[in-house]
Amino acid sequence: MQTLILPLVVRAQGEEGEEPALNPLLPHLAEIALSLVVFGILFFLVRKFVVPAFEATYAERTTAIEGGLAAAETKQAEADAKLAELEKQLADARHEAARIREEAREQGAQIIAEMREQAQAESTRITEHGKAQIEAERQQAVTSLRTEVGALATTLAGRIVGESLDDDERSSRVVDRFLADLEAIESTGAGTSGSGVS
Amino acid sequence: MSGIGSALLPQGSIRTEGFTPPGPADFDLPPIGGDFGTFHAFGQEFVLGVTKPMLQLVLSAVLIFGFFYLASRKRAMVPGKLQFVGEEAYGFVRNSLGRDIIGTHDYQRFVPYLFTLFTFILLNNLFASIPFIQFPTFSRSGMVYGLALMSWIIYNVVGMKKHGIGGYFKLQSVPAGITGPILLLLVPLEFMSNIIVRPVTLALRLFANMFAGHLLLILFALGGEYLIVEMSLAYAPVGVLAWVLFLAVAFLEILIQFLQAYVFVLLNAMYIQGALADEH
Repeated sequence: MQTLILPLVVRAQGEEGEEPALNPLLPHLAEIALSLVVFGILFFLVRKFVVPAFEATYAERTTAIEGGLAAAETKQAEADAKLAELEKQLADARHEAARIREEAREQGAQIIAEMREQAQAESTRITEHGKAQIEAERQQAVTSLRTEVGALATTLAGRIVGESLDDDERSSRVVDRFLADLEAIESTGAGTSGSGVS
Repeated sequence: MSGIGSALLPQGSIRTEGFTPPGPADFDLPPIGGDFGTFHAFGQEFVLGVTKPMLQLVLSAVLIFGFFYLASRKRAMVPGKLQFVGEEAYGFVRNSLGRDIIGTHDYQRFVPYLFTLFTFILLNNLFASIPFIQFPTFSRSGMVYGLALMSWIIYNVVGMKKHGIGGYFKLQSVPAGITGPILLLLVPLEFMSNIIVRPVTLALRLFANMFAGHLLLILFALGGEYLIVEMSLAYAPVGVLAWVLFLAVAFLEILIQFLQAYVFVLLNAMYIQGALADEH
């Protein structure tokens, strides 16, 4: 190695006088020691302060990202659950509404039927009542008519005959008989047409 | 650089002396604040005192720790610019150099080491291109030897801790699935390449790249200057070309500075991974 460097040494000697240049491959002992010491100090400082801080940052960041993902997943699951619940509630509500509608329809139909029945009954009752009233009035009219017709007929007959028949027993019988005959005729007439009325 | 500058000046007037190319002497910066004497080692004479690369080394540590301490302190979920840059650099070493090479099981405990090593080498290399500093700290071989020695100790100790001393040497020197007399040839080779040569190549690769890159830049700068200032006008365009090339090489150097820091840490990670591996 010394021979390799020799020309350089000679050159350096030429420049700087008697002092030969150092072989660059031969180390300065202080430099070996210094490089190790400085590196060692830097190494311990870096290991104590820099690397833990960077590693902690990395770890925190990883945790934050993973935590964020987990939180997002939880939120998503919650949202899904809530949505399913809401959908179920909606379906329930629809179902309920349909049921209520159905029930209302049934009730309505029932009410209508009842009302119809009631109205029917009422109309029947009214009809019956009217009929009975008419019958009673007719009866009354017939009775009053009978007396009136008797009196009228007697008066008329008396006028025709020319004598009073009022207090005559016989005349009263004649009238009664006549009226009975009349009634008989009437009742047969009523018998043929009366079935439609009653 | 100042050494060669002062060496050039008195010679400038003498044309026949010619151009003095920059050499290894340019990397022997004088101690700051005067001479404190010399000492001898490896048959050479070294100066005592604090030199510029030594200051750079300390400055780099201060800058790196200051920057990453500020960047990592806030620990915001959504990082600001500073934290983002810090996290990107840290994440780059942690994931592509640590986790992808050493494996998810073991990498975490080596991340501080790899991260410090990468930023430390990178910034010290970049010093070569930062104005007013402009000297690669790791063009001083001693600085690199320290780091290479440390790398060597770390991956070997890690391996020995995991496999035991015997198991580790077996792992590193006996290739899996090979039996018979060929082992006589392979075992020394594997041992050489895995235990002995690694720290040397690790150190020389970084040192030589930084050294040669800086030397190249000095050569283009001083050569261009010499051609323009000292030679006749006809040579001046060549000097300008040299300066243009200086710019190009300077950009190339930035790439190399990053690459060498990356490779040094990459190899560290691979050596550690190899030492931890269950089957070679």
